[in-house]
Amino acid sequence: MQKTLFDKIWDSHLVIDDNHNLNADNSSGPSLIYIDRHLIHEVTSPQAFASLKQGGRKVRRPNLTIATTDHNVSTESRSLPIVDEVSKTQLETLSRNCKEFGITIYDMTSPEQGIVHVIGPELGFTLPGTTIVCGDSHTSTHGAFGALAFGIGTSEVEHVLATQCLWMYKPRSFLINIKGNLSKKHAITSKDIILNIIRKIGTDGGTGMVFEYRGDVISELSMEQRMTICNMSIEGGARAGLIAPDETTFDYLRGRKYAPNESELDKLIEFWRSNLKSDENAAFDRVETINVDKLAPQISWGTTPSMVVDITDSVPSPDQYANGDENKRKLAARALEYMDLEPGIPMTDVHVDRVFIGSCTNSRLEDLMEASLVVKGRKVSTNVRAMVVPGSQKVKLQAESIGLDKIFKDAGFEWRESGCSMCLGMNPDILLPGERCASTSNRNFEGRQGSGGRTHLVSPIMAAACAIEGHFVDVRNWL
Amino acid sequence: MEPFEDIQSKLIPFDITNVDTDQIIPKQFLKLIQKTGYGGFLFYDWRFDHAGNPKKEFILNEPKYDKRQVLLTRDNFGCGSSREHAVWALYDYGIRVVIASSFADIFYNNCFKKGLLPIYLSKDKIQYLFDLAKNDDPVVDINLANQAITISEKKISFDIDLTRKKMLVEGVDEIGYTLSFDDQISNYEKASKVADYNKFMVKN
Ligand code: SF4
Repeated sequence: MQKTLFDKIWDSHLVIDDNHNLNADNSSGPSLIYIDRHLIHEVTSPQAFASLKQGGRKVRRPNLTIATTDHNVSTESRSLPIVDEVSKTQLETLSRNCKEFGITIYDMTSPEQGIVHVIGPELGFTLPGTTIVCGDSHTSTHGAFGALAFGIGTSEVEHVLATQCLWMYKPRSFLINIKGNLSKKHAITSKDIILNIIRKIGTDGGTGMVFEYRGDVISELSMEQRMTICNMSIEGGARAGLIAPDETTFDYLRGRKYAPNESELDKLIEFWRSNLKSDENAAFDRVETINVDKLAPQISWGTTPSMVVDITDSVPSPDQYANGDENKRKLAARALEYMDLEPGIPMTDVHVDRVFIGSCTNSRLEDLMEASLVVKGRKVSTNVRAMVVPGSQKVKLQAESIGLDKIFKDAGFEWRESGCSMCLGMNPDILLPGERCASTSNRNFEGRQGSGGRTHLVSPIMAAACAIEGHFVDVRNWL
Repeated sequence: MEPFEDIQSKLIPFDITNVDTDQIIPKQFLKLIQKTGYGGFLFYDWRFDHAGNPKKEFILNEPKYDKRQVLLTRDNFGCGSSREHAVWALYDYGIRVVIASSFADIFYNNCFKKGLLPIYLSKDKIQYLFDLAKNDDPVVDINLANQAITISEKKISFDIDLTRKKMLVEGVDEIGYTLSFDDQISNYEKASKVADYNKFMVKN
């Protein structure tokens, strides 16, 4: 039988398949799948450990889990004490739990600390063909390596800690074929591709499914760009997104901390090369083709990641957005009110107060390099407060070693320590009510970056150009 | 997990599409380290103004809807963040059933870990229930064993996977159940494979 890449990873991780687990009416129940890699952070794990202890249970494979602190950490200097007592308790609880159960942790004192989905790949913890979970929906990021990676809830975190397995109903498969060529190198990024996909399929287009992204455009992307795409699979409703591994993937892995040593890795690469791809005639439950020939920089105007237009467009009216669907019309009207935008205004006339370059979507070295292209020698608008938050301590150091910090600081950007920061504002980095932000993160929900804050999702280079001008601009005119 | 008890309650017609978990429980309440005490923060930014006073126009602040246990809503409920706190907050507030035309995957899964029943119905049936709630506002009877919602005389049946149903009805300890397959898990770990991922482990 012809199999998809997803089928192959699924099948090779079955501990108990659904045929052995039939319901009384002969319908198939869930399968028990083995989890190779587990990432944990401070926000979704405390209750899992507490309940584990309550039940007198152990962690089955502490050496298949790593932990980091990212959501809550301050991005001010690491030498300052944490002011927020509740955050502090959460951070300390994670450290204590890791110590008690023998789990490796990269906390705020570590030179390898960072956003969980940035450090996993960086450390070589993320490998092709593996199953990876984390109590965080953007675990889909790791799918860029051809790993089946998805977010789970806290009870499932506990389940994986105790059993290293999960009960799961097999999702269906959705092939997203990307055709054509990007017109302007640097100006049109993988962020624009994924925003465009979500705009087309909607925020629930992938519910119950796993995406596979394919096409020449995808093959030409670097690992960091692929991660940006897979990261936002969840915004299209899918739990996971996959890209078949290739030479770019294999090259990325060599020499990383947790990657297998050279000789083991060579054997694996041989196996991955021949195995980790969908068979030519494998059937998918749904297929969509997206052409990127004429793709313009994308920008969100509303409060869901599918409310997106081209930078050259105007703010749409609820009717335009809804296309006859009354519930969608209401949703759009509500979004416009929240965002304080009038239909018909060109997106390039919209002014911003804040710019945030960071998050697990766009805080890797390449993202910062791209953004710096339009920053060098220019100044941040006097009406804008702009910050760059590298995804990890390693990204920060690498960036500093090539002088990116200087470029940003000279222009008037704040250069911060690594963490989730203003992606969700659990630390002091938040928008004030009414503030408008150009953000490289992944969610523009109401209040996501601070209660009453207004978020526009864009690529790093678009965000950087916006910081300079004080309003949105078509960055294609700058390059 | 507590077993699910059948429910008789009027509906809360929550007429919003795409409700994300950031709205159900905003991030400022994710710093706690226990599983209870989230009910007061449910839909916080929609329920309260910046000074912390209840917003009169928000549905949960209308006395009429007080103590109702069934939330009726539309597409893609629970999208966004994986935070299980969203389920804890709904449950803690007193909600026992959410009826929607569709749910986001992670939220749907999380419901079963706490004993909250998510019911999905076709858009037509959802509209029918909204109309009922806005007009007669009847009590609905939700019976999990029969997979049925009964309103006055009318019966609407709903689908649920049998394994999940059993978990809810019995309040199963899932981890205990999985650990009964310890032999199979150990065999999987020991079996030799070309790509033996669980054997390349994290060395400190
Ligand atoms: S950067 Fe944002 S989306 Fe990514 S893990 Fe942190 S909070 Fe979640």
